[in-house]
Amino acid sequence: MGAAQTRAEHNYHELSDKTGFSLEQINILHKRFKQLSGEADTISKENLKSIPALSDNPIKNQIIEAFFDKRNQHNGEVGVYDEIGFEEFLMVMSHFRPPSLRTSEEEKKAMRKDKLQFLFNMHDTDSDGKITLEEYRKVVEELLSRSGAIGLEAAKAIADAAMLEVASSSMPDMPADYFYEGITFEHFEQILNGLEMESRMHIRFLDIDTVTMRCDRQ
Amino acid sequence: MGRMCILCLRYRVVWCALFLLLCFSGGECETQTTQPSGPTSSQGVKPFHNEDPKPQAFPDPEKTNLPVFTMDYPRIQVPFEFTLWVLLASFAKIGFHIYHKITIWIPESCLLICIGLIVGGIMHSVKEEPPAVLSPDVFFIYMLPPIVLDSGYFMPTRPFFENVGTVLWYAVVGTLWNSVGIGLSLYAICQIEAFGVQDINLQENLLFASIISAVDPVAALSVFEDISVNEQIYIVIFGEGLFNDVVTVALYNMFSFMADMPTVESVDVFLGVARFFVVSLGGLLIGVVFGIAAAFTTRFTHNARQIEPLFVFMYSYLAYLVAELFGISSVLSIIICAITMKYYVEENVSQRSCTTIRHVVKVLASISETLIFFFLGVVTITTEHEWNWAYIIFTLVFAFIWRGLGILWFEGAVCFALVFTLPETINRRKLFVTASIAIIIFTVVVQGISIRPIVEYINIRRSNKDKYNINTEIHSRTMEHIVSGIEDLCGQWSHYYWKDKFKKFNDRILRRILLRDNRAESSIVSLYKKLELQSAIGLLDTPMGDLSAAPSIVSLHDEMKEASRPKKKFKTADVRKMQNILAKNMYKIRQKTMAYTNKYKLPDESDTREILIRRHASIRRSLRTTSFRDPPSRNIAKSQNIIRCSRAATWRQLLRSDEEVLVALLHALPSHSVP
Repeated sequence: MGAAQTRAEHNYHELSDKTGFSLEQINILHKRFKQLSGEADTISKENLKSIPALSDNPIKNQIIEAFFDKRNQHNGEVGVYDEIGFEEFLMVMSHFRPPSLRTSEEEKKAMRKDKLQFLFNMHDTDSDGKITLEEYRKVVEELLSRSGAIGLEAAKAIADAAMLEVASSSMPDMPADYFYEGITFEHFEQILNGLEMESRMHIRFLDIDTVTMRCDRQ
Repeated sequence: MGRMCILCLRYRVVWCALFLLLCFSGGECETQTTQPSGPTSSQGVKPFHNEDPKPQAFPDPEKTNLPVFTMDYPRIQVPFEFTLWVLLASFAKIGFHIYHKITIWIPESCLLICIGLIVGGIMHSVKEEPPAVLSPDVFFIYMLPPIVLDSGYFMPTRPFFENVGTVLWYAVVGTLWNSVGIGLSLYAICQIEAFGVQDINLQENLLFASIISAVDPVAALSVFEDISVNEQIYIVIFGEGLFNDVVTVALYNMFSFMADMPTVESVDVFLGVARFFVVSLGGLLIGVVFGIAAAFTTRFTHNARQIEPLFVFMYSYLAYLVAELFGISSVLSIIICAITMKYYVEENVSQRSCTTIRHVVKVLASISETLIFFFLGVVTITTEHEWNWAYIIFTLVFAFIWRGLGILWFEGAVCFALVFTLPETINRRKLFVTASIAIIIFTVVVQGISIRPIVEYINIRRSNKDKYNINTEIHSRTMEHIVSGIEDLCGQWSHYYWKDKFKKFNDRILRRILLRDNRAESSIVSLYKKLELQSAIGLLDTPMGDLSAAPSIVSLHDEMKEASRPKKKFKTADVRKMQNILAKNMYKIRQKTMAYTNKYKLPDESDTREILIRRHASIRRSLRTTSFRDPPSRNIAKSQNIIRCSRAATWRQLLRSDEEVLVALLHALPSHSVP
């Protein structure tokens, strides 16, 4: 018991260095991981899909996919996992680490780029490094999907307008018949230059009380 | 946004005025004679009254003619003046809103206080006293409950219960911290000879501090709202402001009792703690009992729909009065009563009653509050003050400091009210009164006026970076969804156990007893969803499509028929239209909490209503178009399903108005269904 505990703590230190979470936060996330996985070591997509609170979210599927996306692991691989372990879970969560007061300017820039990359990966579903028009249309459709009034045509029109915006702002001297294939990551960064991400895209750890979990579900 | 300031200020400043009048009638103004109310009061003591000509027992020696025109002011004086006050305050309110520029900078509460000050000044100069009917009891018993009921009824319960531990922790510990800290600091100040307040002993200082330390940090919320802070922080602060009443009352009782005694023993401290538990648990118990009684009663009211709203008000008022009877925290009991009964009552009563209840709660609260601010101004002028610069300034300073140390913002005032109930034996009562008034007015004015510039400054710092284009709009919304999804993913799971347990208890026992029409929630909801989905899919298949979007989009669609790549440039007007459509139609998350705290409006259901209207339109269209193709029996069955669904519990808001619409649909149906 003791050996396992020290091994777990040793792992936690490594994870803390790698992802930037504090030990306490890793502990909380581990408990949540255990609860989601049903005490197993890995999580599959079904575990995540069964969370009731997520069911209202229009981009629920994209979020779940993001956890299983290899590009978010920053290890250079491309593809999709079937199941993820705690380390992968933590890596994805590290994109949403709350900023502390001690992050320097370069770290802040790196975090911003990280978050933008996460967003980009979520839209670029075929992993070719570009967000094409079809992919963008899908994004807008999902976002407008709950209101029901805006039909598919309107979503398409909006997506087209957005693409045009990116194209014209990133390549102002575009010739008239140039076929703009897709938004690359640099263009993506550029068009979202004005968007303030630091205060929006992170989660908050409010309650760090001890967890009373019950495993016996009727 | 300025309304948020009001939300914070009103609740506390309410109490102030109440007690102003308490002091007012208790101490300084012995010349007040209470008017006997009711029909027996033709013996007015007002100076400008003549006695009414009475029917004489003996015939007059002189013959008097029949009076053509008589005036009997004392008879109607009390209700008349009351109505005039309310009317005057309401006119002031209307007037403020005409000049929109004023209300941006100065919250309405400040303006009302100013008007009250002016009127008070006028009254003081003509040596007229404010109406004697404004005794503190009247305010405590009649004016405070509507405001508290309003806060309790529209409190967002789900986030509250998920954070109840944090809320109570901050309420109890925060208030204790503040009061003890401020009390001790002020006592230290009193030791300094130069300020001339040495005669205030420790108990009195603690008593005063417990009054002052009533925290109402909802002011912080108005700033937070603009930065779209986490819902949890929001509800913690909101709930805490409501519940520190309990602690304040207990502390106040304890300290005021101790202030009378020459020595304090440890037994008394223990008794004080015991009293705290009695106060809080008693309030809880009374609230729950009356809430359940109200819920149970509404189970049987389906044949007497007109009196349904009455039960809500009567039971909650009873809860308040019974708690007052036992000296228990009546605020807590009425809030708990409102929370308990709301869930069940809104399922049992009809849609009209539901709307009526909400509207009346808001109206009563609005009246009470307007009057209270108004009278605060009036009575401020007419009380006697004792002003000691040092004490007052140090109170302000310490209140700031200790609140700041408690990581909470400074606002003031349940204190104000309580100050006036201080026992007469405390020598420096007037000083306390003045100090409290000063603090309240100071915070109301300073904080109210300063909030907006602060928020704008923060906003300016942020919004300069946001360049508004379509991409930004889309992706910022995406980010919100992602963050909320991730937060749901690693949610506050420690509370799920109790939540599940309560849910089971609720489903098995409570709902059976308290609801008239108890169906299992989920099956109805899923059925409704399925029907909706069918109609929506059917709608997409039909060639009509939904043309309720802006016409320009339709023309754009024509232009871009074969758009596999964007070719043409868009006009800025079209771009703006698209931005508008995006802003209005993208799925909005977690707006419910914010919607509940706008004091002047009912909870914002415009989104729900908008979605509902659109779905209605699509249902109507699909029913009509399919009615010629499908056999009529299936059609009627489908609409009957809808009607049955419309009585379901969970989507009550949507389904409430559904009931009316769908009944109308059903009436319209037979003409279509017969081929």
